[in-house]
Amino acid sequence: MAGTMKTIGPKVHDLGGQPGYGAVQREPNSEVFPERWQASVFAMAGLGMVTAAWNNTDRFRHAVERIDPVAYLTHGYYGRWLGGIETLLIEAGVIDQQVLDDRSRDLGGMQAGSVAARPKSRADPMAAVSGAASKRTAEKPPKFSLQQPVVAIASNGLGHTRLPGYVWGKKGVITAVHGHWVFPDTNAHGLGECPQALYTVCFNSEDLFPDGEEQTLINLDLFEPYLLGVNNE
Amino acid sequence: MSEPSPQSIRAEALEALLIEKGFLKAEDVDQVILRYGERVGPLNGAQVIARAWVDDQFREDLLNDASAAIAVYQFEGGQVEKLVVVENTATVHNVVVCTLCSCYPWALLGLPPKWYKDPEYRSRVVKEPRKVISEMGFDVAAGKSVKVWDSSAEIRYLVLPQPPENLQSYNENDLTGLVSRDGMIGVAER
Repeated sequence: MAGTMKTIGPKVHDLGGQPGYGAVQREPNSEVFPERWQASVFAMAGLGMVTAAWNNTDRFRHAVERIDPVAYLTHGYYGRWLGGIETLLIEAGVIDQQVLDDRSRDLGGMQAGSVAARPKSRADPMAAVSGAASKRTAEKPPKFSLQQPVVAIASNGLGHTRLPGYVWGKKGVITAVHGHWVFPDTNAHGLGECPQALYTVCFNSEDLFPDGEEQTLINLDLFEPYLLGVNNE
Repeated sequence: MSEPSPQSIRAEALEALLIEKGFLKAEDVDQVILRYGERVGPLNGAQVIARAWVDDQFREDLLNDASAAIAVYQFEGGQVEKLVVVENTATVHNVVVCTLCSCYPWALLGLPPKWYKDPEYRSRVVKEPRKVISEMGFDVAAGKSVKVWDSSAEIRYLVLPQPPENLQSYNENDLTGLVSRDGMIGVAER
């Protein structure tokens, strides 16, 4: 069953460098919301605090990441958001999934595969938030400095993280130090903000992709716990 | 009118339940459409780029600390706690992506186009940026290096494209009209 699938490698949303995708399709319709329901989903995405169903962006992003993986790739951006919002509203007890199913059926839409949400029976705890912004005062100096070589760790593939799979185990160099920021890996799960130093790390394309393009540098913003120091020869 | 999608029906059902519970008003949806349809869009970013082309001090400030440099504009739209502007030059071309979701500098560019959020762009542009940009209609000059910026945390990136060659023949307002959303993402010349 898709809803109980466990992944060890990069998850479905972790798309950087994934093979098999074709040409970028530009849409002929340039309207911001081609259909009204998409604006409705956008508006519902702002209801986390008022419904007390989620209280930070990391928790929201994680809910989107754990919707049905087929839906993730086929329901579109606002379809993915809808799956995440529904997941969180059900987990918080704001909405009853059966009631929502019935209402959708009344409106004519309960086909197989139409429900992206994958609520857990027991929601993560909800820690207090200290505001909408994510920048925090540094509690200790950053461990790494400009031009220092580092290696990204490999994620365990469980829970929310902002460490893309295509840099796991890869060597890069610190090119900017951005101070301390809320750590998404704990904040998404209600385990506190645990602010961490944030760095821009620059990777050479040939170190990431055996068949990548030449003269190409890839820059990512990575939190200190994702990085290990490297001894210079 | 085509058949409504299952997602549109489910969104309608969820919206109705949230309205009944008093968490949402139908007018809130109209406000979203108005805000991102009219007030928050790529014209904001284009104003910043055009000014950077004609005002060297502003350009320098923008490259040093973009958030401080654009504070005077008081753009609404969120999603930009810290902005970094990256400059295209004779030797470097920059392009922006968010491989993990679809992070994007809303306050400067509005909401992202569909292709920016689709798996095709997110998977491929980190691995073969020249090819992707070329397929989208712009060839990065041979000999330039390409820098890809994957917005994996809360910092947002905006590309400062190269100005037109005959820069002096334009006023700032005309220049604003030359800057496209795609140029500020890095998939077009400007």
